[in-house]
Amino acid sequence: MPSNNRRAAIVGVGQTDFGMLYANKDARRNAQGLAAEALRAAIDDAGIAKDDIDGLVTSWVDYGRMATVLGIRNPRIIYDLHGAGRMSGMAVQQAAALVEAGAADTIALVYGNNGRSVKMRYGGGTANPIVAYDTMYGQTSAGAELAMMYRRYQYEYGVPDGALAPIAINNRRNAARNPVAVMRSEISEQEYLDSRYIAEPLRLLDYCIINDGGVALIITTLERARALRKRPVTVAASASRGDLWNFYASPDFFYGACQDVARRVYAKSGLGPADMDCVQIYDNFTPTVVFSLEGFGFAKQGEGWEWIKGGRIATEGDRPLNTAGGHTGESYMQGWAHHVEAVRQIRGEGGERQVAHCDTAQYICASPIVSSHVLTGE
Amino acid sequence: MDTEALLKIMPAVTDANRPFWEGTLAGELRLQTCDDCGTPRYPEAPVCPRCLSENATWRAASGRATLWSWIVMHQNYLAAFADELPYLVAFVQLEEGPFLYSTLVDAPAELRCDLPLEAVFDEVSPERALPKFRVATA
Repeated sequence: MPSNNRRAAIVGVGQTDFGMLYANKDARRNAQGLAAEALRAAIDDAGIAKDDIDGLVTSWVDYGRMATVLGIRNPRIIYDLHGAGRMSGMAVQQAAALVEAGAADTIALVYGNNGRSVKMRYGGGTANPIVAYDTMYGQTSAGAELAMMYRRYQYEYGVPDGALAPIAINNRRNAARNPVAVMRSEISEQEYLDSRYIAEPLRLLDYCIINDGGVALIITTLERARALRKRPVTVAASASRGDLWNFYASPDFFYGACQDVARRVYAKSGLGPADMDCVQIYDNFTPTVVFSLEGFGFAKQGEGWEWIKGGRIATEGDRPLNTAGGHTGESYMQGWAHHVEAVRQIRGEGGERQVAHCDTAQYICASPIVSSHVLTGE
Repeated sequence: MDTEALLKIMPAVTDANRPFWEGTLAGELRLQTCDDCGTPRYPEAPVCPRCLSENATWRAASGRATLWSWIVMHQNYLAAFADELPYLVAFVQLEEGPFLYSTLVDAPAELRCDLPLEAVFDEVSPERALPKFRVATA
């Protein structure tokens, strides 16, 4: 084996203005157009030329049309990942590994989602005959799967109603300080409790938004990153593990898979939960945050719902969480925008919501594919 | 319940699942059970998820189960359930191991996880019956 010291770094991040897009509810947008707008911003952010890109990974949008729209004709790496939230972490993990392996030098990751324009509901009828075994009882949507898990979690650990409020409130507080967020107003605990049930025990304010937008990231070698203008953000460790069976709902709340991923990212990075200056947690629905915090050792099993209380997760707290507002406040970009925020925090570009002295950030996604990365500033 | 809409979203009866659906009409919850390692599975699948064997026999489960969790759905996603809102969906573990989504009939006002359940069969049409559960009386 030849020696290989290539390390991967994120050098460009870009996204659309989610709030502006949300304000015009009648617009019919093109997913590739949204992705392209984000990539243009990421290229500007990195200070590279479009022709420096020699790899393209897409999600939600298919690789062929996307490469055509972008005029990236001969990439060394080219494929798409389907448009599920668990795939944003996989895209970053794979692109970093491909750069480190030398399969490409500069990979653009692009995501464009026009779910609001096309009135996506993430629940309802299905053509999948196996999923029909669930739908015939009215069991539909990922939110209903999380609600099922959360009811059980409440039973196992004696968790009272309203325990998820601090997560919803924190997201909206951070979103109010994020100029591109969809939701710019804060919410009170009472407003949270008064919001209607969707899949009880989960309420509307436990749910992600459905909105249009695009996100892009550019990953290259650390060596190249050092020659660019902004602080390189290295992918210090990344790992994943499936928890796949007939249902989204996991009887151990993804704990076993999370623990395995946690062990590997902490061992490789030499860092642990106490070293993370901020945490960006995939929050399709608020219980996912609790499951993630426990699975990755921030809180003990069964205690995540108490751990989030008392301002610990606020931007000025001990463990700032979802500093851009997450999926319930900023935008439902299926984890993609969480990566952008991690990079911005490490660079000190968080504006009003900047965490003091941020050098490390962890991304966590607890879902049927659990993934996590530790990102560090050079 | 809009029965016509419900029948439309139920899985079509195929060669792969016919014994299951014939079972529900006969008052049995039949599980495809591996001939080589004995692992039962739900719903139908081409091979055993434990040993990959294609050899399987449909066997009647006991109908005994426990309530792992439940939700009350308030959102209108499906025409079949539009006039049922809010409705209960149960996540149930069969005594034999497999989990399935279902619902409860005559659900008591106070439910809790791990309640013992027993299967009942709701004849949606002369051709189709849907397995459901009620809190076990024994």
